[in-house]
Amino acid sequence: MKQNNYLRTGLFLTGVLAVLICLGFFWTPYSPTAMNGSEKFLGPSLRHLMGTDNFGRDIFSRVLKGAGTTAGIAFCTVAIGAVCGTAVGALTGYFGGIVDEALMRFNDVMTAFPSILLALVFISVLGPGSKYNVILALGVVFIPSFARVTRTAFASLRDVNYVKSVRLMGAGKARILLVHMLPNTAQILLPAITIGFNNAVLAEASMSYLGIGVTPPDASLGYMLSEAQGMFSAAPWYALGTGFTIVLLVFSVGLIGEGLQRRGKEVA
Amino acid sequence: MKKRILALLLLVSLLGTVLSGCGDGSTEQAPENGQTNGSTDAGTQGNAITVGIAQDLDDSLDPHKAVAAGTKEVMFNVFEGLMKPTSEGDLTPAIAESYEVSPDRLTYTFTLREGVKFHNGDTVTAEDVVYSINRCAEASETGVLQVEAFSVIQSVEATDDHTVVITIAEPSNEFISYMTTAILPADYDQQDTAPVGTGPFKFVSRTAQDSIVMEKFSDYWGTPAQLDKVTFKIIENADSILMSLQSGAVDLFAHLTSTQVAQLGSDFNVVESTMNLVQAMYLNNKAAPFDNEKVRQALCYAIDKQEIIDLAFDGYGSPIGSSMYPAFGKYFDDELSNYYTRDVERAKALLAEAGYPDGFSMTITVPSNYQPHIDTAQVLVEQLKAVGITAEIQPVEWGTWLSDVYAGRQYQSTVVGVDASNMTARALLERFTSQADNNFINYENDDYDALFAQAQACYDDAEQTEIYKQMERNLTEHAANVYIQDLADLVAVRNTLDGLQTYPIYVLDLSTVHYVQ
Repeated sequence: MKQNNYLRTGLFLTGVLAVLICLGFFWTPYSPTAMNGSEKFLGPSLRHLMGTDNFGRDIFSRVLKGAGTTAGIAFCTVAIGAVCGTAVGALTGYFGGIVDEALMRFNDVMTAFPSILLALVFISVLGPGSKYNVILALGVVFIPSFARVTRTAFASLRDVNYVKSVRLMGAGKARILLVHMLPNTAQILLPAITIGFNNAVLAEASMSYLGIGVTPPDASLGYMLSEAQGMFSAAPWYALGTGFTIVLLVFSVGLIGEGLQRRGKEVA
Repeated sequence: MKKRILALLLLVSLLGTVLSGCGDGSTEQAPENGQTNGSTDAGTQGNAITVGIAQDLDDSLDPHKAVAAGTKEVMFNVFEGLMKPTSEGDLTPAIAESYEVSPDRLTYTFTLREGVKFHNGDTVTAEDVVYSINRCAEASETGVLQVEAFSVIQSVEATDDHTVVITIAEPSNEFISYMTTAILPADYDQQDTAPVGTGPFKFVSRTAQDSIVMEKFSDYWGTPAQLDKVTFKIIENADSILMSLQSGAVDLFAHLTSTQVAQLGSDFNVVESTMNLVQAMYLNNKAAPFDNEKVRQALCYAIDKQEIIDLAFDGYGSPIGSSMYPAFGKYFDDELSNYYTRDVERAKALLAEAGYPDGFSMTITVPSNYQPHIDTAQVLVEQLKAVGITAEIQPVEWGTWLSDVYAGRQYQSTVVGVDASNMTARALLERFTSQADNNFINYENDDYDALFAQAQACYDDAEQTEIYKQMERNLTEHAANVYIQDLADLVAVRNTLDGLQTYPIYVLDLSTVHYVQ
């Protein structure tokens, strides 16, 4: 049962983070935007777990709020990517033919661009400075990878015996796809979702870092990291605290993905 | 399975790579900086310094063609006019030894100083002066910018080798301040690449995107420069500025942020002067709810200028109360700075009177490339919260700001700094007259328009100053904008250097800088 340790540790760490993030929505030690001129650039202490920034704002409170924003954006992004991607993958994988060719070649074109670059293009069209636009841009960019993964799964299941049987029994196409085939792609889809989530966290972080994600004074981990860069020698704890949170978030969700994949192999 | 973990770790380290993208450039430059450092050390013995500048001088080295403030700032060391600005904001005769104005105020007679030499060794003659002024008045040569104020010139004559007489069509209080226009040798056509002036430093060379070198001009007519050589090193990446100072590659850097200054360490002294900008939350006086004077006044009572300066600028900055900054001396009315002081109750009462007892939501548009304005806006958001106003910051690109906010006037409020194109009160105040093209806040006030017309018709300096002050008071009383401060201009100077003089205009005078003995 060694492989389940990945899953267990991942679930535990993610759980702790999720609780902290949920807590951040309702309560933070200080208001994440409240400024205090007499407490600028304080190092980590019991009063301020991660110290304070150039406005005297509590970094721990900002990290809680920022992690919430980042995780929220990542979650919505993956939701868009997974739902649309699975739909495209299911249709092309099951029916094949000309539609399959056309959609998958289009997919290839999309994947040929670096995802951040593509998201930047979308943002410049949609207009920067809104988190909904960030979600939309990243979501669209994430569709191709999900489509590719699910297409393979659906294509391989298409001629499996139980699918043939329900087809002979006269089940409708929607029923075959949703009820009979979809649940059996879960072991491929779930790890893909966790990896996608991680990529989305990193993508949001890099986009906000480049100054096109959330707008000040809102916090997101990437935006905070870009703020931290300018004051690295005055407040190194700002960059470290924020960076460590991103690493932890990505690492713990990554463990879940790894655990799921292993369990999948074992079952198979 | 180890591969997977490895992949995961790689993914995590990828984050490091992506996020340190910007920093990488500067790290790569470190060896180069190190080399410069070596040569600076060698130069130190030869009484030389390296000054960091944020942009290349790529418009033109010809002072009559240069447009960028950054270019003029550096070339101030090379060129002089008949008159020269002083560090106090006055004018002092430079190439001219003295001048006389006729009683009808239409004829200016300049007597040239004996033995003023150009960097090429020639003596400045009256002919050179006539050539230089005509060049800017006519602007017939490609690229030469016409000086607006020279349109009143009727004639420029050299009556003898040392006397120039300028006749103008109508009296003007401001004409003499334009006599700072650089004087150039008449028969020289390579100003673009190898500029020749009369200043304390002579131009030696320019390497595009890298550096500009100047040397002391030993035949200077006035107090000669104390340094033998100055290298202006171009450092465009803001992140490498701090590193270049700390590594010793650069000895002096102007226009730093308070955060950068806070990280300098003990090797540097900070010289503080002012940016000469009117930083304010400019309000669109035609957009609801700011079309209501009570709402605008409520905003003025809701904010605390000093708190903004303390929080976002570490206490560097001068509070202001109208469209005028302290460097203007006689036009600046210090009383107005304290006209509104923070009073949350009064602000709420005014909002209630105006029909917004529960406050309202508003948008602050800020050009995203100006961090000081974004920082200011962040503090404003917090202060406005206390009176029930929910403000949201909308960062826009500079180009968008110019087209939508400045030209299109499609905005609610914006935080920017407005400067004066020349040292006249008119440059700051004319824009708020109702017919002005650049009245981007849509301010309309009949009293204000009348006062401006009165000021233009007035030729007595004291009286005119008084009218300009009334105009400033008008802006404050009607809360045209939420005035904040004149931003501080912070210059880092290595502590082995001393003597830097700051000016109320955008120049960097290095002639007085010297090593501490």
